[in-house]
Amino acid sequence: MPQTLLARDPQDVVDAVTAAGANGRTLEIRGTGSLTALGRPVVADTVLDLSALSGITLYEPEELVLSARCGTPRRDIEDMLAQSGQMLAFEPADLAPLFGGAARAGSLGGLVATNLAGPRRISAGAVRDHTLGLKAVSGRGELFKSGGRVVKNVTGYDLPRLFAGAFGTLGVATEITLKVLPRPETQETVRLEGLSPEAAAAAMSAALGSSCEVSGAAYAPAPVAARLPGCPDTATVLLRLEGFGPSVRARRDMLARVLIPFGPCTVMRETPSAALWSAVRDVAPFVGTPERALWRLSTAPMAGPALAARLCATLDAEAFCDWGGGLIWLALPGPRSEADTVRTALAASGGHATLLRATAEERARTAVFQPLDEPLAALTARVKSSFDPAGLLNRGRMHEGW
Amino acid sequence: MGDAGARPHGGPQESTAATAEESAEESAEESAQQRMHDGSHDGSRLVMPAPDAAVLARRDQIVADLARLVGADSVIAHERAMRPYESDALTAHRQLPLVVVLPATTDEVAAVLKYCHDNAIRVVPRGAGTSLSGGALPLADAVLLGMAKFTRIREIDTANRCAVVEPGVTNLGITKAVEHLGFYYAPDPSSQIACTIGGNVAENSGGVHCLKYGLTTNNVLGVELALITGEIVRLGGKHLDAGGLDLLSVIIGSEGLLGVVTEVTVRLLKKPDTARAVLVGFPTSESAGDCVAQIIAAGIIPAGIEMMDKDAIAAAEAFVNVGYPLDVEALLIIELDGPEAECAHLLDAVTAHAQACGATTLRVSQSEEERLGFWAGRKAAFPAVGRISPDYLCMDGTIPRRQLPFVLARMRELSHRHGLRVANVFHAGDGNLHPLIRYDANAPGELEAAEAFGADILRLCVEVGGVLTGEHGVGIEKRDLMPEMFDAVDLAQQLRLKCAFDDQNLLNPGKVFPTLHRCAEMGRMHVSGGALPFPDLPRF
Repeated sequence: MPQTLLARDPQDVVDAVTAAGANGRTLEIRGTGSLTALGRPVVADTVLDLSALSGITLYEPEELVLSARCGTPRRDIEDMLAQSGQMLAFEPADLAPLFGGAARAGSLGGLVATNLAGPRRISAGAVRDHTLGLKAVSGRGELFKSGGRVVKNVTGYDLPRLFAGAFGTLGVATEITLKVLPRPETQETVRLEGLSPEAAAAAMSAALGSSCEVSGAAYAPAPVAARLPGCPDTATVLLRLEGFGPSVRARRDMLARVLIPFGPCTVMRETPSAALWSAVRDVAPFVGTPERALWRLSTAPMAGPALAARLCATLDAEAFCDWGGGLIWLALPGPRSEADTVRTALAASGGHATLLRATAEERARTAVFQPLDEPLAALTARVKSSFDPAGLLNRGRMHEGW
Repeated sequence: MGDAGARPHGGPQESTAATAEESAEESAEESAQQRMHDGSHDGSRLVMPAPDAAVLARRDQIVADLARLVGADSVIAHERAMRPYESDALTAHRQLPLVVVLPATTDEVAAVLKYCHDNAIRVVPRGAGTSLSGGALPLADAVLLGMAKFTRIREIDTANRCAVVEPGVTNLGITKAVEHLGFYYAPDPSSQIACTIGGNVAENSGGVHCLKYGLTTNNVLGVELALITGEIVRLGGKHLDAGGLDLLSVIIGSEGLLGVVTEVTVRLLKKPDTARAVLVGFPTSESAGDCVAQIIAAGIIPAGIEMMDKDAIAAAEAFVNVGYPLDVEALLIIELDGPEAECAHLLDAVTAHAQACGATTLRVSQSEEERLGFWAGRKAAFPAVGRISPDYLCMDGTIPRRQLPFVLARMRELSHRHGLRVANVFHAGDGNLHPLIRYDANAPGELEAAEAFGADILRLCVEVGGVLTGEHGVGIEKRDLMPEMFDAVDLAQQLRLKCAFDDQNLLNPGKVFPTLHRCAEMGRMHVSGGALPFPDLPRF
């Protein structure tokens, strides 16, 4: 068992990284530890625990900004925002239950490090789109800042966004500033049934390409649809509308007209709609099946549903799509990841595939993140090295060797 | 927001150009690590990196080599023909480049960059040259790499809600290419008729609709990027997010220091059904600021909220006669867009908030013509100020919105101290402030005073929790103010990232960062001799 160090303040992080560098010891960076099974397995000499580096340091609702230390539980942030009728608009997925953990257990640092936005990604952007400012300790043990607390800011390279999705490999974030937004007053979901993958892609494209301001567009084929709350046991397209009541009602009628070529639609009201999208966001259909390897693919939206269907047929797998078809959650029947088959099938439409859940052995022998071609691989390695030249931080989490 | 047709920051000034060149020569002996500037922010004495005499001596050979790579027709080497490239929209600073190259393909861009890399020649990339911060200012020993020939729309894919375009396509050109399909490209810098998408990527350009629709970084899905080595990388595409480190995040807004963008995939949005605007006047900037805060606190994110102060209102009204009230201290233009039902609902709410905050005038647009009229004054604010003042300097800071009354009050004091007037336009939704400092370049000392005033305003922005630049970029204009916002450690980390892309500092040197540096020096680890004990942290 590696030793665990508990950081209480940013200086502790500086001291821990500096000592690790001087002693040639690697560090695993950990928040609440709810997603440690996501990524390649890290074998580090020391665990640096950031869970005590907690607390919201600034929240100004009328300025749409919130800053917090990286170990702050996401639950605390979401609860505080909700009190002012606001939210994290990127709708962060809560994937801990996929790994057998408790719901809402993650920290702000993990939320940014994994950049796992939910269904509203298509309209509101990713975690990185809402990451405004950063204080972090580099692999050199230096505390630096970048960005700020205002949305419009082009002063220097945008390092806060680079940290989003970097899985703690560039530095140890100590404090993060996010843009926050008002929570929609209400929501509804418009549902279509019995569509083929191609028709589903076209229906979602028509909806997202209309002026109805759809904020969620998912497609679940038959066996998976029934595991989403309120959905029938048939291929289902789900389209979410959010906003002020009069606007949602008007857009629901507009959307129904847009969807006439795709068959009759059903409307789900606010409460069932909210439950449905939480399940889509958190990949509920594949919770409770820890033995099954799970992929997350991002591709061109129009290609997604058919690609998912092909992979399901080839691999005897199950899948559903979010992001208008552009995000595929693919659950294989067993622990084997079938990486070559998945990535070869993806190549035609482009994008990336992440082996989101698998046994440690499978994640150690498979490229968990999309393999990078040259010269991008070398450039990426140089960027990592510019922050962490000795490779102390989360070595191996994203790519073998660093 | 380079307003096309405006004359920001002085006119042609031979004396300024000469001073810049002299300064460059004076510093020829300086080592690369040396600070380029003496510390005072004084644009007319801006110090750029010393030209490399060896490169200057090889000019004829370099011109011939480039002609071989891209064809003689694409190389401009005569002084008179290079003149149009000697500055961007920050016209107080001028410098002829070594040579201008206008490649037409990605392969040609790669070949030029590789040649420059192999021969240690500096490169300054250029789009349309509308930068207000001097981002495309040439260097005497650098190849000016113009992307003006990259004007093709490569693909319009409305099914996937994106378009693939070359970097020389103008911002408005993208919208023009897709509007017949009902789509548009959201970021709308006010120079959008002239500025190119490649330049927008370099500067992370904004516009008046950022609050709801985001900046360039939120609306670009992917780029093809030529590195200084001539290698080509693709970042992003029609899919969302990155499969590894999100390098696209740092490319956008990198001001031409990391690579040259040769293709851009942009996100397209469906044009909203309706747009309505409200014009509201307030007796104080405080009450206008309160109104903005109340609207946002009520959960309403308007498509745009613009504020103008009394001087800007007067200048705009005198110029375009759109019926702005002249007896108010602050004027808000609040735009709402979306389905008809949403606009109607929100107009009622916004009107109620405005009245509760003490609005003295309030007009809701009743037609598209009237809405555009509300905007006409605001969009003409820069040239309107240019009309009543021989010259003006357009600043670009961002502040936390609630600091606006304090900042405006301090700005009035600074105005007295520097003896210059200032008009303010403000993207009130996102806190982006554009003070327009009025001066006369022909009056001795006024340019210097205007620049000193501008620097004081930007320091004030940082002091209240804001930043040096919201959307114009650092360039050369705010380069020497970077230490006001960042300490040496912060800047060193930024410079190390630069080295990961450009290890010889050949791409756009002298921009953004106040010091030059050698990458080998930056990469050195400063670790104390022996092993350190673990720090005194709780351990398990």
